[in-house]
Amino acid sequence: MSARYKEGDSVRVRTAYPPGHCRTPFYCRGKSGVVVRHCGEFRNPEELAYGAYEGPLTPMYRVRFEQKDLWPDYDGSARDKCEIEIYEHWLVPAEGADHA
Amino acid sequence: MTDRRRHHDMGGVPEADPIPQEGHTSEPWEKRVDAIKALLSDNKRKLLTTDEMRRGIEDLGADAYERYSYYERWIASVTNNMLEKKVFTVDELGRKMAEIEARQDNKPL
Repeated sequence: MSARYKEGDSVRVRTAYPPGHCRTPFYCRGKSGVVVRHCGEFRNPEELAYGAYEGPLTPMYRVRFEQKDLWPDYDGSARDKCEIEIYEHWLVPAEGADHA
Repeated sequence: MTDRRRHHDMGGVPEADPIPQEGHTSEPWEKRVDAIKALLSDNKRKLLTTDEMRRGIEDLGADAYERYSYYERWIASVTNNMLEKKVFTVDELGRKMAEIEARQDNKPL
């Protein structure tokens, strides 16, 4: 699977609430950030968690968020960042629709 | 919106306790649980991925998640995963646990 995003791309985490196991923290859903690294391709934890060991590889990215964007009442420095590793199927272009 | 958050996913939740920063020692039984997990996941057995472990812990429900200690959550998830994979049955597990309890009870102090 080729990587859809590259370093510097603005992305948004889908506002999605699947009922099962996933690795995308609740607090970053619907938030926008910037791709700082393509970390490689991995099996999807959402499939591994249910015994599907042979699924396709999926790209994972390190996405950088501004802390003030993640937390409405953030009172630290305006320059503080938070980086989260997120699988590609959770990301959309920052300006795009959730289910593009 | 908060009802869409699954209980374990508590990053930034105001009522969540702060993360203890100091180190701690492990009980022998906790090390044994860690070893069981490692052996079930090794290349020879491939019976359990970390993702299956996590899924099992998340599916314990909010009450058990709060009540159990870290390694109690681990062994509960390992047990449920092995039952699902038919590595042993509920009956076999129950009989073995009773056998071990009896062995402990008969031990001279």
